[in-house]
Amino acid sequence: MNQEQSLAEIERSLIEDFDLLEGVEEKIEYLVDLGHEMPKMDPALKTDERLVKGCQSSVWFDIHCENGLMRFSADSDSLVVKGLVAILDKLLNGQAAEEVLRMDLSLFERLGLWHHISSQRSNGLAAMMGHLKQAAVECLG
Amino acid sequence: MSKSILSAREDFPILSQTINDLPLVYLDNAATTQKPQAVIDAISDYYRTSNANIHRGNHSLAIQATQAYENVRKKVAAYINAASAEEIIFTRGTTEAINLVAYSFGEAFVQPGDEIIVSQLEHHSNYVPWHLMCQRRGATFRVIPFDENGELDLLALQQLVNKRTRLLAVNQVSNSLGTVNPIGQIVKMAHEANVPVLVDGAQAVQHTVHDVQAMDADFYAFSGHKMYAPMGVGVLYAKRKWLEKLPPFLSGGEMIDQVTPEKVTFNVLPYKFEAGTPNVADVIGLGAAIDYLNQFDFAELEAYEDELLEYGLGLLSEIPGLKVYGNPKKRSAILPFNVEGIQHYDMGILLDSKGIAVRTGQHCTQPVMDALHITGTVRASLALYNNHADLEALARGVARVIRLLKR
Repeated sequence: MNQEQSLAEIERSLIEDFDLLEGVEEKIEYLVDLGHEMPKMDPALKTDERLVKGCQSSVWFDIHCENGLMRFSADSDSLVVKGLVAILDKLLNGQAAEEVLRMDLSLFERLGLWHHISSQRSNGLAAMMGHLKQAAVECLG
Repeated sequence: MSKSILSAREDFPILSQTINDLPLVYLDNAATTQKPQAVIDAISDYYRTSNANIHRGNHSLAIQATQAYENVRKKVAAYINAASAEEIIFTRGTTEAINLVAYSFGEAFVQPGDEIIVSQLEHHSNYVPWHLMCQRRGATFRVIPFDENGELDLLALQQLVNKRTRLLAVNQVSNSLGTVNPIGQIVKMAHEANVPVLVDGAQAVQHTVHDVQAMDADFYAFSGHKMYAPMGVGVLYAKRKWLEKLPPFLSGGEMIDQVTPEKVTFNVLPYKFEAGTPNVADVIGLGAAIDYLNQFDFAELEAYEDELLEYGLGLLSEIPGLKVYGNPKKRSAILPFNVEGIQHYDMGILLDSKGIAVRTGQHCTQPVMDALHITGTVRASLALYNNHADLEALARGVARVIRLLKR
């Protein structure tokens, strides 16, 4: 729930945090920490229908639309992917559906996660984003 | 005097690279091997000095390119001990070779109610083409299971073979567990029931015995790029009697004899199965890879890789919480594992941050992962240029990832 902060502010603070980290390993370590800090998903919600297709690890998203705002809980069995999910959570949870549709993945490049993590098809970041955008379209429809 | 295996590493320019400022430790050889300088040179030399379209041209370059291309066919035949070079068909890789047989054999010999047998250890490329062929032809798809050691259940095979069985497709070495299947015995069992056998040699031809006549395979498929040759070239070996009976797979130029509106007749073997302009440069690269491999004493190479594998298995087994999958009587070049509580994907990505290249996931073998009730494994796989230091780096890397993620 991030209504108190604008998307741009959240992005800026993520960029500042990641810029402090030197190597790939440190960035991944921080990503794992972000995953640990994320609100827990109710295990009963981890059903096959909520699985995002296109990831090497399992990723579940439970998405709701409330008065044009997107709210979701999510989890992954991969700690690294869960870190990516945590970034999406920070950025998009509680934002307007229009904001979700405007979001692109270039931020992950700016965080220095692109080459090693985000660009890989197997991590399903693009699939997760697609999943959220689909829900945003339905939310507006 | 054969070449020393310990000198191999310096023949592969890519291995001197660094990844994240750390020396590259390349342990993803079952996916693709790196290429020695001799192979890289052969490809660029071809384009610099001999490039021409082959077979039909009558100018000097075309003749030179044709000779070089056909010369590789002879080298491949000798490498796998085929009875003749006409039994060697160049394809894009193992996948295309198997698709060729699944299509052409299906058209010629498979009727509704017939049966095809594959094993549960197969790569999807030796599983899905047969599945699709069974659907097309109305045939039944049967699967030989494997046991807790990762060995095929030969008793089950015995029971599966019957009068309706038209073909058995099985790998020589499993790409996900490394099991070396008793291929001679399997082929014998099938032949006793008059069932021909296709052997997927993609993980075997560079590591272990690859004598198609000794194993008596009817079909043998493999890829160049897993045996130090370029990507985009592979081989289908088939006994002449089959190639004569099978209809063509792809059609077009090169594979025809006469074309009229009424009738098309086909070229002789092996050209009947090589439609279109072939991948000449990479075939020549394959020839260079075979020349490269032929410098080594193959028995010595196999013993070297087996020792490396044992060393790696020993190092990994000392790591608490680490489980190695399968325990076959003979394993080749593959170390499949997971660490309790750590997702294979996370292990892979963190090993990469230390310059260690492994593969994670299902390895195109969903039926294997399903049988093991896992979503995937970390797979380290070996080649002749790997050494003890690579495996020590892997073990250190795995231990570090465990410390990092299990805080």
